[in-house]
Amino acid sequence: MFTRKMTSAVAVAALALATLAACGDSDPTDSGSSDSGSITVGSAAFPEAEILAEIYAQGLEAEGIKVDRKLNTGPREVYIKALESGEIDLVPEYSGNLLSYYDPKTTATSADEIEDALDDALPDSLEALDASAAEDKDSLNVTKKFSDDNGVTSIADLKKVDGLKLGANPEFKTRSYGIPGLEKVYGITGIKFTPISDGGGPLTLKALLDGDVDVADIYSTTPSIAANNLVTLEDPENLIAAQNVLPLIRDDKASDKVEDILDKISAALTTEDLMALNAENQGEKKAKPADLAKKWLTEKGLI
Amino acid sequence: MSVLNDTIDWLADAASLSGDDSISNRVLEHLGYTVETVAIASVIAIPLGLWIGHTGRFKLIAVGATGAMRALPTLGLLTLIGLYLGIGLTAPLVALVVLAIPPLLAGAYAGIEAVDPQTVDAARSMGFTEWQILTRVEVPLGLAIIVGGIRSAVLQVVATATVAAYVGLGGLGRYLIDGQAVSDYPQMAGGSFLVVVLALILDAVFAGLQALATRNHRPSRHPLTV
Amino acid sequence: MTWVSDNLDLLRELFLRHAWISALSTLIGFAVAVPIGWYAHRHPRLRGISVALVGVLYTIPSLALFVLLPGILGTGILSTVNVIVALSTYAAAVMVRTAVDAFDSVSPPVLDAATASGFSSSQRTLRVELPLAGPVLLAGVRVVSVSTVSMLSVASLIGVANLGSLFTDGFRRDIVDEIVAGIAAIVLLAIVLDVLIVLAGRLLMPWSRVVVGANR
Repeated sequence: MFTRKMTSAVAVAALALATLAACGDSDPTDSGSSDSGSITVGSAAFPEAEILAEIYAQGLEAEGIKVDRKLNTGPREVYIKALESGEIDLVPEYSGNLLSYYDPKTTATSADEIEDALDDALPDSLEALDASAAEDKDSLNVTKKFSDDNGVTSIADLKKVDGLKLGANPEFKTRSYGIPGLEKVYGITGIKFTPISDGGGPLTLKALLDGDVDVADIYSTTPSIAANNLVTLEDPENLIAAQNVLPLIRDDKASDKVEDILDKISAALTTEDLMALNAENQGEKKAKPADLAKKWLTEKGLI
Repeated sequence: MSVLNDTIDWLADAASLSGDDSISNRVLEHLGYTVETVAIASVIAIPLGLWIGHTGRFKLIAVGATGAMRALPTLGLLTLIGLYLGIGLTAPLVALVVLAIPPLLAGAYAGIEAVDPQTVDAARSMGFTEWQILTRVEVPLGLAIIVGGIRSAVLQVVATATVAAYVGLGGLGRYLIDGQAVSDYPQMAGGSFLVVVLALILDAVFAGLQALATRNHRPSRHPLTV
Repeated sequence: MTWVSDNLDLLRELFLRHAWISALSTLIGFAVAVPIGWYAHRHPRLRGISVALVGVLYTIPSLALFVLLPGILGTGILSTVNVIVALSTYAAAVMVRTAVDAFDSVSPPVLDAATASGFSSSQRTLRVELPLAGPVLLAGVRVVSVSTVSMLSVASLIGVANLGSLFTDGFRRDIVDEIVAGIAAIVLLAIVLDVLIVLAGRLLMPWSRVVVGANR
């Protein structure tokens, strides 16, 4: 009869869904947290952040701390919310942008200024651990040809170019180091801005090489800069703030042991390391973040 | 709800934006992408659908193909083609055309199929050529469903054309993507609101067109979903 | 396709995750839409409004819904519940129109005959009207499941892990194989779910097999 078949069918479907859910996902209705003693690591949604998060995660695991991963969480606003609400406990951050997020009016641009200002700017629940010397900042790049043809080697030189075409992430339009900053600090106006949502990735590169844009914002440790002989423009007025890598952690998870491990990692990390890691992750080899993290930690003797 | 208030504030401010980012410019760009997409997709899908409906052949392949095309994720196509072609209109256009073809194709063959076979036979026995049957009997009688297919395609494209902003283009998606980049939720909500309003206006226009088409010619078979 | 062979675990995990989120959302959408559609069918005055309201929901860009729902629902922004609610809303929005059409397609004389045979009103709805509307409802669910599978991929833009994450990652890292694998996996999932739905339809409505054979 119809009704009985219907009931058994629904039961089977429910069972199937439950099985799928069980093997497909470890926490289907996540809204909270970790049991005490375990740490949930998140990351921003770009490759380098993912690699750094894996380094933190594996470094902690090597010392017996249980780690959950929620990587590629999203843009800063998304993962900071998650951090503040306790959905995640630890993220790799960049000092300058982190400060701007909590204090948009800050004028600090050097590494030391920023780290000092951070202590005041962060909410009580969060703590910024020791920063690394390793840095990955926005950088404005032009092709070698453009640089030679137009005599452009620093951002100030861009003023010479009429109808300057610039490609960058959408947020460049409003951020203090972006269009408003170029205008205020370097007096460059009338920029034709093309927003490209690939984080200074392949499309941005292609647009630069094809001449669709004259200058592109590409993160300084991206392998494509060296691989394509791009010229990174100098920043004499320090428009672009320092961006040292540091672990941002919830205060209640920052035990001495955890701090110790993360401090060691930060001390060992260099900008050259970031470039090398990115080259392997985004270049020919397409190596996985987890594998790269393991390799780096092993080479540095941290696991 | 403060999100609601903030959104209303944003819309009020946005009304005074000028130049590239003005609402009128973005709406025009968005409409432009939509019209271009549906035009190209119609040229491909409607003649094909009419032919399939009229001859009754390849129906199964058509159904399978539209099903498969509906499964192709627009974001996936966009990123894939984008990697090859870079920024610009082509990548989003291709992805959106793929999105628009299934409802157009289905509307076309469903419209023809809904026409009473007896009417078609009568026309055939009166000496109409196949072309005349198609253009003077089947299309007029099935027009409401065909227009329904166009309506469905337009709605889907309007809602999805927001992805063009991902690869450097304009349109109402700009408010969504730019808003998301800086977590400006009122901007995202405001942009969505504009998309919804645009879609509703277009939907009303097409509802009117469909009513016009049905006025004198009601097909005898019950139309299935497009 | 070395990327695929190197990342089979990731593919499998994302595939399963994508599968259960899409399937659950489709089911919820269906469960919500059928009663609404039935009600709208019975009260023609309400029909216009309900179909229009539902049409509005469908036009909200999915990215916006994913981002704005946490504020309204109070869930965490990373929450899977958030995504499921959004997808179910879309599924329901599409299904309501189909459901109304489905119930419209049931021939009134048949319903009258059922009443004449002594069926009570609820028996008539459950055991005559619903089964007869079945084939059209089934067609609707098939369309909805496909579009849900496709739509979930957009949620990768806000960090919800699913097959769409392969697009955003491959896009940033210039890995064509990864994007292609994502597209292929989504199409495969859509086909698998479609087959399951058709099989379910055959099981629940054995008579529909006969009807299919007797077309024009």
